[in-house]
Amino acid sequence: MAQLQVRPLAEENFPEKTGGNWKKYFTFNTDHKVIGIQYLVTSFIFFLIGGALATGVRIELATPDVDFVSRELYNQLFTIHATVMIFLWIVPAGTGAFGNYLLPLLLGCNDMAFPRLNAIAFWMIPPGGLLLMGSFFINEGAAASGWTSYPPLSLVNGKSGEFIWILSILVLGTSSILGAINFLTTIIKMRTPGMKFNNMPLFCWAMFAASILILVSTPVLAGALILLSFDLLAGTSFFNPSGGGDPVVYQHMFWFYSHPAVYIMILPVFGTISEILPVHARKPIFGYLAIAYSSLAISFLGLIVWAHHMFTSGTPAWLRMFFMIATMVIAVPTGIKVFSWLATLWGGKLRLNSAMLFAMGFISMFVIGGLSGVMVASVPFDIHVHDTYFVVAHLHYVLFGGSVFGLYASIYHWFPKMTGRMINETWGRIHFVLTLVGFNLCFLPMHYLGLMGMPRRVAEYDPQFATINTICSIGSYILAVSTIPFVINAVVCWRSGEKAPANPWNGLTLEWTLSSPPPEHNFPTPPVLKTGPYDYGTLDKRGSKKRPISQLRASDILSN
Amino acid sequence: MLGGIALTLFCLWFSQNNHLLPVPASANAGAIDSLFNAMLTIALGLFVLVQGVLIYAGIRFRKRPGDETDGPPIRGNIPLEILWTSIPAVLVLGIALYSFEIYSEMGGLDPMASGGTMVAHNHGSHGGMAIAATMGEDSAADALMDLDSKGKALAYGVGAGRDEAASADLDVDVMGLQYAWIFTYPDTGIVSGELHVPVDKAVQLNIKAQDVLHAFWIPQFRLKQDAIPGQQTSLRFKPTVTGRYPIVCAELCGAYHGAMRAEVVVDSPEDYDTWQASMVAAVDPANKVTLAAATEDFQALNPKTMSDRDFLEPYGSEMGVTSQSFQGLPHHHLH
Amino acid sequence: MQGSTVNSEQVIAVSQDGHGGHLEDHPDHRIFGLFMFFVAESFIFLGLFAAYLTFRAVTPAWPPEGTPELELLLPGVNSIILISSSFVIHKAEEAIKENDVKGVQLWFAITAAMGALFLVGQGYEYAHLEFGLTTNLFASTFYVLTGFHGLHVTFGLLLIGAVLWRSRKEGHYSADSKFGIEAAELYWHFVDVIWIILFILLYLL
Repeated sequence: MAQLQVRPLAEENFPEKTGGNWKKYFTFNTDHKVIGIQYLVTSFIFFLIGGALATGVRIELATPDVDFVSRELYNQLFTIHATVMIFLWIVPAGTGAFGNYLLPLLLGCNDMAFPRLNAIAFWMIPPGGLLLMGSFFINEGAAASGWTSYPPLSLVNGKSGEFIWILSILVLGTSSILGAINFLTTIIKMRTPGMKFNNMPLFCWAMFAASILILVSTPVLAGALILLSFDLLAGTSFFNPSGGGDPVVYQHMFWFYSHPAVYIMILPVFGTISEILPVHARKPIFGYLAIAYSSLAISFLGLIVWAHHMFTSGTPAWLRMFFMIATMVIAVPTGIKVFSWLATLWGGKLRLNSAMLFAMGFISMFVIGGLSGVMVASVPFDIHVHDTYFVVAHLHYVLFGGSVFGLYASIYHWFPKMTGRMINETWGRIHFVLTLVGFNLCFLPMHYLGLMGMPRRVAEYDPQFATINTICSIGSYILAVSTIPFVINAVVCWRSGEKAPANPWNGLTLEWTLSSPPPEHNFPTPPVLKTGPYDYGTLDKRGSKKRPISQLRASDILSN
Repeated sequence: MLGGIALTLFCLWFSQNNHLLPVPASANAGAIDSLFNAMLTIALGLFVLVQGVLIYAGIRFRKRPGDETDGPPIRGNIPLEILWTSIPAVLVLGIALYSFEIYSEMGGLDPMASGGTMVAHNHGSHGGMAIAATMGEDSAADALMDLDSKGKALAYGVGAGRDEAASADLDVDVMGLQYAWIFTYPDTGIVSGELHVPVDKAVQLNIKAQDVLHAFWIPQFRLKQDAIPGQQTSLRFKPTVTGRYPIVCAELCGAYHGAMRAEVVVDSPEDYDTWQASMVAAVDPANKVTLAAATEDFQALNPKTMSDRDFLEPYGSEMGVTSQSFQGLPHHHLH
Repeated sequence: MQGSTVNSEQVIAVSQDGHGGHLEDHPDHRIFGLFMFFVAESFIFLGLFAAYLTFRAVTPAWPPEGTPELELLLPGVNSIILISSSFVIHKAEEAIKENDVKGVQLWFAITAAMGALFLVGQGYEYAHLEFGLTTNLFASTFYVLTGFHGLHVTFGLLLIGAVLWRSRKEGHYSADSKFGIEAAELYWHFVDVIWIILFILLYLL
């Protein structure tokens, strides 16, 4: 095949200039680092919006009666809350932000495989998000049938809100698919010479597994939504039983995407955690290959478990049994990861800074979500707790305790690299404590609510649950407040924090060989690896002079 | 070692003495609670283990000031990794088998209930069909959906337990609609907004939905099944403790989803007979009520929503439920 | 499970040629990316096919009673036109290997004409069918599946048009620079394969 010379557009548009040029973040820029930060900031803004919606939900639920918002608005609040958190915060932040920012740096290349496609994918996010937000202001209000949007309910609620929701998901899904094409091509084709699959950083493995899931499952959701919009607007009856359709078919198509979506949201975070722990524990990652291949195992199993969301729906018994067993098997590769992380910590020299605290908090919280996950996989038990607050608690332990804690850890870890400034540690720790306390106060009691008989997605509930709901609501207020020190800390330090050295954490992956922030085209020459990504504690054995790691230099990682 | 024993004992003690579930009021609820307790024991053990390691590591292995060296370069330990792969594998296999056992014991694998081959779904035969046929525009489709061309029943849910007779002592047709449950007793023609069942008798619910998805949930029976328009689902249970328990809609069905509640009353045999007699007396075919009256009846079902007449009016008329279906509905039950 | 086998000996020395120059050179991965895109596209269609087959399985009679029989002649001829156009467009690839841009233009134009004929044939079939989009479940799946495919054919025609437009410029395409031609051709083959599956599902099964 022809060896084309592909010049990234960036070079023509932006003369060499590092840092300080904030305007570039508002343009169609093709530098993967700019795009990564664009993703991160945009999705974090949507995180705050989604959090505000959740706070609205919790204010309503602080009392058993409907007294804060109308029932109709309440349903819109939780529907858009979930949609925003999934499609506009965790997916774009995990894959878009860190995938884009880190992959080329970790792989030792200068940009993603398709920089312009990358920029296009990002610039689909703001319009998709604004469209969704805008639906609150139309007459019938936003979509109100839950983020699952099950027909026939989604066909009888406000049509325009529902259609805007579909449109927005299609735009965001397309963006996600374009991103995945870029990630896969970059990982498969553009690793620096000497970097094989089996010695690339684990984040790359995680992104590889997550991108496969995006590529395979998101289109099926698009198919479902196309059919749903025909039912909604053209009067067909694919999912409408009154015209001979079958609503359960929608559920299958929806969950064929939306269960893998959970892994799309958690796998990149698994990846960053595997990067963060060895650096701050000063030890090699424990069980590299086991962690790498367990990502692939999770990715594969994630594709064949979707109907465990439908145990109480129109699902025949043998399918319920198959999906129960397949789902439980996922606990094995997940357990391998958790135990490997614990073993990485064991015997290390742990630097308990904000990044590390959030990473350890991630393990701690995610394990709770994982354990309750095995429980809800059990069909007889799930028949009791399906669609209750037990499931709400479970999914928040996975997606907030898991993904969001991991994303916070990643932000603290790579903040110096991204901005060139150190972030304030004291405020970082205050943020951690507030988040941990607020999160557990909000979500731990929900397990009990669900077990005792409180269904999810209700604006009003049995007064016997009032006390515990009030506690949950207080927890959610603390959680809302916890973002304030973080945002102030991040903004202040980005503007005027202490200047960050190239390698503040003495990491061994390639991004730390570059200045903070890295120059526009990353590596002057393709880097040649001298160490593996996790060779902590071994430098002296490799012929380098043993010296305190505080003096670690790029030359210890790269050979010249 | 001692710690391990103490941990195990603690987990067992906690799991056996938790009060995390409502009172078990059906024959199968106890089995599901045992399953929950078993899973809770294991989960608790793993939870304490992981949190313990994290906290211990955070204290014991934290970097001391001035120490700039790295930790030991340990990259793995094959026996250890085999151990923590195989133990969870065995545990989940065990839980899966245990779940399978309980599911089959409680009737989840009953072919009558879960879409296997059967001749016909002729419980409560004519009465059930006849009344269903009076309800709503989808009734024809419903009747069709009961049987597909190959003679398969398309009913999903929980059926007769392994040791139980195939046919139940009492059949009740359940119709979910925005925002109420309506119970029809095909044998007697009783139509009610409250589910009365005799204690210690096998009850079979044949669940349908009129408009959108609902889910029929009785937490005290640990049973839940979606009500799907155009398809029939079923639940089978044997109540063991008399009392009133909530029936909760667990699938988002619209603005008033949270208000869609009813009650199941597990009666002693005498109480049940009394109730049945009073209800049968109220069924008087001559006493036809108008649709408007039926709508009003329907609103009476949802006392919480009385002030939202405007909202409910269209639903009431959309329902197309004939007056007959409603005439037995008591007005006072849902307060 | 081989936790300890990170191969840190993997220090590969490569010859380095100074600074600058080759920074932005990286091999062309666009064809690879295109195949990734096809994977995603396939899964939209797979999802729709799976939905179709499920509807077929759960509905008592398929197609539902009273659905008029589908005429096979016109769609059959239409299929033959579309499938043979795949062979035609392949000629273009052979031509560009010889640097024969005129040949490419010829074969692309013929392919476009055949594609357009296919769309006209489909339009004619739509116009003469006795059922509409909302007649019943079969009719709805029929129109949505064929329509979605038709949309892809239309997009393929636009791609071919774009290549033809660009090929006017001397030297835009050559044996060494033929991504546009390859991409349009691959896309066309992809759309063809989808049609074959679709035809079997809707008309023959």
